[in-house]
Amino acid sequence: MGTRTAIVGVGQTYHTSKRKDVNGQELINEAVRRALEDADLTLKDIDAIVIGNMDHFEAINCVDCWSVDGSGAFMKPIMKVTTGGSTGGTLGSCAYYHVASGLFDVVMAIGWEKNSESDTQAAISTCADPILERDFFGGAIGPNAAEYAMYMKQYGASEEDAAMVAVRDHNNALNNPYAHLRKHITVEDVMNSPVLCWPIKLLDSCPRSDGACAVIYAAEGRAEKIASRPAWVHASAVSHDYVYFGDYDWEAMPTLEATASRVYKRAGIVNPLKEIDVMELYLPFSTCGVIWMEHMWVCGRGESPRLIREGVFDMDGELPVNPSGGVLSTNPIGATALIRIGEAALQIMNKAGSRQVPNVNTAMATAFGSCYWFEATILRSGKP
Amino acid sequence: MDKVAIIGVGQTRYERGNTKSFAELVYEVTRKALDDAGLELDNIDNVVTTTNDFYDGRTIACMAVAEASGSYGRDATNVEGDGTLSAFYGLMRTLSGVYDATIVTTHCKMSEGNPRKLFNQAFDPIYDRILGMDAISSSALQARAYMDRYGVTEEQCAMVSVKNHANARNNPYAHVALEITIDDVMKSPMLAEPIKRLDISPISDGACAIILATEERARKSAKKPVWVRGVAHCTDAYRLGERDLTYSAALETAAKKAYKMAGIRNPFKQIDVAEVYDAFSYMELMWYEGLGFCDRGKGGKLVESGKTQMGGELPVNPSGGVLSAHPVQVAGLARIAEAVLQLRGEAGGRQVPGAKTALAHGITGICGQTHCVWVLSNEEA
Amino acid sequence: MAGASQTGQQLAKEGSRMENETTFEIQEKDGLLVHQGVIRVPYTWAAGEVASRFYAGLREKKVLGLRCPACKVVLVPPKKVCHRCFSDLTDWVEVGDEGVLQTFTVVHYSEPDLHPVEAPFAYGIIKLDGADTGMTHLIGEADIKGLKAGMRLKAVFRHQPQGNYLDIAYFKPIEEANHG
Repeated sequence: MGTRTAIVGVGQTYHTSKRKDVNGQELINEAVRRALEDADLTLKDIDAIVIGNMDHFEAINCVDCWSVDGSGAFMKPIMKVTTGGSTGGTLGSCAYYHVASGLFDVVMAIGWEKNSESDTQAAISTCADPILERDFFGGAIGPNAAEYAMYMKQYGASEEDAAMVAVRDHNNALNNPYAHLRKHITVEDVMNSPVLCWPIKLLDSCPRSDGACAVIYAAEGRAEKIASRPAWVHASAVSHDYVYFGDYDWEAMPTLEATASRVYKRAGIVNPLKEIDVMELYLPFSTCGVIWMEHMWVCGRGESPRLIREGVFDMDGELPVNPSGGVLSTNPIGATALIRIGEAALQIMNKAGSRQVPNVNTAMATAFGSCYWFEATILRSGKP
Repeated sequence: MDKVAIIGVGQTRYERGNTKSFAELVYEVTRKALDDAGLELDNIDNVVTTTNDFYDGRTIACMAVAEASGSYGRDATNVEGDGTLSAFYGLMRTLSGVYDATIVTTHCKMSEGNPRKLFNQAFDPIYDRILGMDAISSSALQARAYMDRYGVTEEQCAMVSVKNHANARNNPYAHVALEITIDDVMKSPMLAEPIKRLDISPISDGACAIILATEERARKSAKKPVWVRGVAHCTDAYRLGERDLTYSAALETAAKKAYKMAGIRNPFKQIDVAEVYDAFSYMELMWYEGLGFCDRGKGGKLVESGKTQMGGELPVNPSGGVLSAHPVQVAGLARIAEAVLQLRGEAGGRQVPGAKTALAHGITGICGQTHCVWVLSNEEA
Repeated sequence: MAGASQTGQQLAKEGSRMENETTFEIQEKDGLLVHQGVIRVPYTWAAGEVASRFYAGLREKKVLGLRCPACKVVLVPPKKVCHRCFSDLTDWVEVGDEGVLQTFTVVHYSEPDLHPVEAPFAYGIIKLDGADTGMTHLIGEADIKGLKAGMRLKAVFRHQPQGNYLDIAYFKPIEEANHG
């Protein structure tokens, strides 16, 4: 069996729309230094590094090699992993498997993006198959909008239900000094914001941010010495089932269900609502915060709007979701899902400051990207 | 390290202008690797693909090959870099105890892009990218530095080209197999001094897959398992002006770590066959030195001695190496696949008789900034 | 070599801002279709404070580097973090505009979209006086058949600096300049 592995340090930049004062290497370096500081380690303690971003967002080939001046990978092992929006989840699991393999004791994952430096929509449109789908694929918003329109009709949900998710995440961000968008909003603000693709409005949608995040993983034996309360990795799961957007069943969300089922099974979770204390979810649109809870088996089909209205996922609710403010407040794409893991770990480590949920023993982080690919991680305060 | 074995390999023929799609190319090697291992997809629970958005000409390029690698219904992930690194990640996931059998795939259709422009994107956009350097011109700076420092001659580099192109004639997967002389190499057109047309690797398309398995799964496999005995990678400084271009410290570090894991003290004596990433002829000589096959600066003398030819003490690149087929990001995994064939005794006309321990090597980045070294054996630790 | 800086200027202008379009053309080969496309995405790259100051120096024909206090080396071109010891670098120094050629190559093939000058031309790595790292750059005003590692070269600054790497247009051999 593999080596037990825990997260022992988290660092991130103050995320914002444009970081003109630093280049990519320098941005990465800020996150790396904060993670090392958080874990009270030096670069010498790091045995290996994994890094990821999206190539066409910065146009730097072999980012792993280029990153050395910021990541600190000089004369160390470094590799790059990337899977689109879910890259941060892929990075977290890559660092975890580095340690779990028994080959490395302390490993750092780095996710970063400078979305301000390219035309991200132009770049992302090239992810569709060039022969079949690129001519007409127009980004992620259309399918999500259609999905929520159908959902409202079927289950009697409202645009306001989604708006409540947006309000929750945006207002939670007020407690997170690193969040990009930190402005108090109301349901009315969301409803009055410009419609991007009905029923999704501007305040239902994620921003584009410049930022980086670094998370340090350590092996049993080292982890307890580095952190007083390490966040132990209990399970990681991934589903990359489809490659054509046209093949996906938007209503059934098979990849999210498969990912959730697999990660719960590996972590021995039967009732996520009762057994998980906090979730950091990759919700690119507020509508996902309604529908996806059901596909993650948190509640039954059609029940999510009621739980949202009852405040179950609020900071003081039974299962707080996105205390950090989530993706709706911060979205440096290559880092976004790693921030979810880092924030979930901070909750376990009891280091989340004013966004801390009391008594967190089990936390879940997810990643979303590409052709509805999902990744999930379960962290706990106790060893696996 | 727990025991992990490679139990299946599959390669396409390497060529320029393959008309299959990425998915078709990858499916071909996925199927071949499964057949080779005597497995069905049901036996695989973990998938690692290898892509690069620049070379593949699409964002999130792993979307093109996930299905073809068998990702449906199982955990999948993706590495960007040489195939030796994807295989390393596959190894780590296998060692974690979560998975039994991992398939690692990688593909390349470099004929469909402009490799010089794409490689230029690896240079620093803030500083020297505007100079327009690519793999050939940057490697020429390294070749000159290395040859000047140690008195290695263009003829000695040419010997690598002659040897590897000749070896390729025994490899049905090779792209460029040639019967040439040192004189032919020396007279071939100068590209970037001292690198000539016959000193460089071709632009190749192709794919490769391997299957890694836990000890328990490996013991049930159809083919004799090839055990992973040591593996390590290491990265040098980014900028050429900050590196010692005459010697690869990163390769030395990676090799020493891999050798330590594998219990190898004298690599030249203990390794029976090596497949190294010779993107340019001079590189094979430099890699001899970094891998500890000879002392610093003695790579030229080593190839001259004939000891790295077929029939020599340590044949290097019996397959023809990267000089005879260079599908980028595939080439390192192809080195592993070739090493596996050697250790099974299935390498046909390029077989090194009785090979028990083999080395495979891959590089990523400008002038071999990152090196990954694998030591494989048909004998258990 | 006047052409070097001119072509360099054009490249800087065109290279940093491309148009956004994806186009397709379909070719048939043995009954199999091959689609052709171009991905054009505009990019900008923040240079950061360190590189911005380096380029400000070049405007005044000064080459600036950063000294690492721990490793006792001067890095040119400068960067914020020392890759060896991970120190934050703040100790600016001016280095010479002359230096020693470490290695070089003469390029004989042409790649017009990439190369700032027409082949044959030379690239080199030049360690400037007072610097401990080398700069990759173009070599101009030189007999490219007579290049040798160890030669001394001098920076030729671009007349109208633009804030990029070609504000040093190229390096030229010092001996030749003296004779010419």
